[in-house]
Amino acid sequence: MAKTLVQEFTKGLWAEIPPFRLVLGLCPTLAITNTLENAYGMGVAVTFVLTFSNILISALRKIIPPKVRIVAFIVVIATFVIVVELVMQAYTYALFLKLGIFIPLIVVNCIPMGRAEAFASKNGMVRSALDGLGLGLGYTIALSVLATFRQVIATGAITIYETPISLFGPAFEPFRFLVEAPGAFICLGLMLGLMNILGKK
Amino acid sequence: MRELINMVVVLTGISLASGGLLASLRENTQERIDQQVLEFVKGPSVRSVFKDATNDPIATRFQLKDGEAVRTLFVGEIEGAFRGVALEAAGKGYKGEIGLVVAIDTQTGKVIGINVTTHSETPGLGAKAKTDPAFAAQFKGAPVSGPAKVTQDGGSINAISGATITSRAVAGGVSNAFTIYERLKPQIEQKLKEIRK
Repeated sequence: MAKTLVQEFTKGLWAEIPPFRLVLGLCPTLAITNTLENAYGMGVAVTFVLTFSNILISALRKIIPPKVRIVAFIVVIATFVIVVELVMQAYTYALFLKLGIFIPLIVVNCIPMGRAEAFASKNGMVRSALDGLGLGLGYTIALSVLATFRQVIATGAITIYETPISLFGPAFEPFRFLVEAPGAFICLGLMLGLMNILGKK
Repeated sequence: MRELINMVVVLTGISLASGGLLASLRENTQERIDQQVLEFVKGPSVRSVFKDATNDPIATRFQLKDGEAVRTLFVGEIEGAFRGVALEAAGKGYKGEIGLVVAIDTQTGKVIGINVTTHSETPGLGAKAKTDPAFAAQFKGAPVSGPAKVTQDGGSINAISGATITSRAVAGGVSNAFTIYERLKPQIEQKLKEIRK
């Protein structure tokens, strides 16, 4: 069943949206979705790593010996992660401080590794690029939705860039629980349930 | 055998390309990253000790060699003259080092202000060295000629109650800053002259 190029891109946005459908990359999904800014910052970082590692691994797929493919994938992915890390340090240091350890941890995030093994090592460069871009964008959207939900209900404010914007005025009673760790699990669970209900035919 | 050589060659090639790319990127972003680290890590402390400065003390900085170490000093423009310098020092606290920024007025030889940057003291007790501005404010105006001491040691700094060790450490750190300042004084004045031009 061959997919068209458009389908290759759009599958990441709904049918295979990473945290909700593939249920991959959950560690950052739970840890950094406390503000919207963190969520899309992380999403953009993952999208970058995923797209470029997919392209490069796809380009090298015929010359990487199968026995050492995982090592080669990790080197490629780690390289792009460090690129992201350095660029973030140089230009968006405040965001880098907040995302902290989760940026270097993209190396062991299942999404880039999983796509390299399951997709990029078997498909051409254009398809791999679209696959990476689509899944990355899906991941960004998923994190942003989750973060918006958590941040708005927990604090009554939303952080689009650097400073939180208050939405409901002083009468709002914050539900702090949702920005704590257990709140993250509950939100993710609700989201997964919702996705399953919507996806049911 | 062929396969083995192939594996080695491919992995070496990928690693070399990766290393080369990252080295050149690091080279190109190093300066900006250093600046960002200064801005976000030391920036707030340096700005708070130079509350009345009319320049940007983070932008006006220079480095001096002090024996083996290289020290970064920040310059504050006070009452229209570049006469304040802020330097970093550390004192040995109850749990590890207490990092400080100490600003000194080079004309009067007195402290402009101090600020605790990093510490791992007990929350609620020693941590007040950072959170209670009244403690740090006591150092204001202290002369650099002698060491700063808490009242228990015959000085004039009232220790934080329940945190004498921390208070002593801060006083010790400030005194360290004085020693560094006295040692580097000729070089500092030289640099300040260059900045004034």
